Amino acid sequence: MSEGLVGTLVKPIIYAASEFGRVWFMLMEVTYWTFRRPFKPGYLFKQMEFIGVRSLGIVIITGGFTGMVLALQTYYGFRRFSSEGLVGVTVALSMTRELGPVLTALMVTGRAGSAMAAELGSMRITEQIDALTVMALSPVKYLVVPRVLASFFMVPVLTVIADFIGIIGGYFVGVKLLGINEGLFINKIVKYVDLEDIYNGLVKAAVFGLILSLVSCYKGFHTKGGAEGVGRATTEAVVVSSVTILISDYVLTSLMF
Amino acid sequence: MDDTVIRIVDLHKSFNGQRVLDGINLDVKRGKITVIIGKSGGGKSVLMKHLIGLLKPDSGEIWIDGTEITKLNDRELNQVRMRFGMLFQEAALFDSMNVFENVAFPLREHTRLEKKEIKRTVEDRLKAVGLLAFTEKMPSELSGGMKKRVGLARALALDPDIILFDEPTSALDPVISLTIEDLIKETQTRFQKTYVVISHDIAGMFRIADTVAMLYDGKIVASGTPYEIKRNGQEAIKEFLRATKIPGLAGGEP
Repeated sequence: MSEGLVGTLVKPIIYAASEFGRVWFMLMEVTYWTFRRPFKPGYLFKQMEFIGVRSLGIVIITGGFTGMVLALQTYYGFRRFSSEGLVGVTVALSMTRELGPVLTALMVTGRAGSAMAAELGSMRITEQIDALTVMALSPVKYLVVPRVLASFFMVPVLTVIADFIGIIGGYFVGVKLLGINEGLFINKIVKYVDLEDIYNGLVKAAVFGLILSLVSCYKGFHTKGGAEGVGRATTEAVVVSSVTILISDYVLTSLMF
Repeated sequence: MDDTVIRIVDLHKSFNGQRVLDGINLDVKRGKITVIIGKSGGGKSVLMKHLIGLLKPDSGEIWIDGTEITKLNDRELNQVRMRFGMLFQEAALFDSMNVFENVAFPLREHTRLEKKEIKRTVEDRLKAVGLLAFTEKMPSELSGGMKKRVGLARALALDPDIILFDEPTSALDPVISLTIEDLIKETQTRFQKTYVVISHDIAGMFRIADTVAMLYDGKIVASGTPYEIKRNGQEAIKEFLRATKIPGLAGGEP
């Protein structure tokens, strides 16, 4: 009984630790190849366009509606204490410190992370990754490095946009729909939101970008078992990235703020 | 120069306790077509992946022109890989690139050739495989046979000494298979490179092979000209030849 229990408890931990080790090893490989010539800016720009520009729509919608619902909820809460004036700063702080980076990263994981895992997974099962190796080229340099760097740079950029749109959404609901004093709404934001709040949010976003791209590329890169394997890799990429983002969010927040 | 370009010595490989290669010994002659025949799942692809360093053996040696490659690191292995071209079973063309870009890719990455020179080389290789009119097509727009021809053009792009073919006629109809076999023979005659082909298509490969090696139960049980293999009396070979049901291929029967 105890062996079964230990096995049930220990095996997943060992599995998770070994997976973490392999992702860490991939990060080391990515770091090594990032600084090795020849540099391939074309591949990087293509991925920046895919991860950044093409995620704009979903990030704007997510950021906008999150800011709006946040304003709505905090308004109903703060009205009980006659503190409606704090709605603006609450929305702004929540967006910049927490919801902007996290929701952007989760959205990019769903849209671009899944695509990375599926694309690399099908390249693996159709031997395109082996073809690169046979041509004496590093698959990590050509396939993983551009995706990881693009994600590392673009998730913070998308986060800035999500933060801004979220605050605009909060302004629209708070000031235009619920009638909060405009001056009060803006003054509180200017007074209580520091640049540090925004910077720290962007650091978190960069780390999330690194996590989602590394996990997704790792899952795709090591796909096995045909079309079913690609499906499994894609699902695992999204689930593992999302959970890791949420766990690391707590750790980073407790360290930074 | 030594006539043997690849020498495999007592090569062993197991996966999860299952023996796949059980002491392979084989010499591949320079400038010839060597076909390794064996049944599906018999370890042919595993053997081929060892030749190019995609897999490491449990024991044994692989010598490429005097260099033992099984203990090389990645950088050293890449030097050896530069001498190889490979046509994969499903061609392994890059989905995101059209036909021209696929063939040009190794040239762009490994040479400093001018654009004009790259274009000339790519067109030469595509002409050799009869696909010069398809440069702008994406891999998804090509048939299985056309993909393999583009794969061959890409394998030939850097003018390698040795070209490996992984089941070049699998999943193709008999007419297209014949075209691919002829193309293998024609390009080998033209470029005079060493070709190593793995296949279970006995009849087709016997047409083009200079040497046939029979892989059975993890070992090379016979090696020789197609004529010698047909006349070989070993039961394993006779059984394999009989399975083709082609008259004259059943171990010397008429």
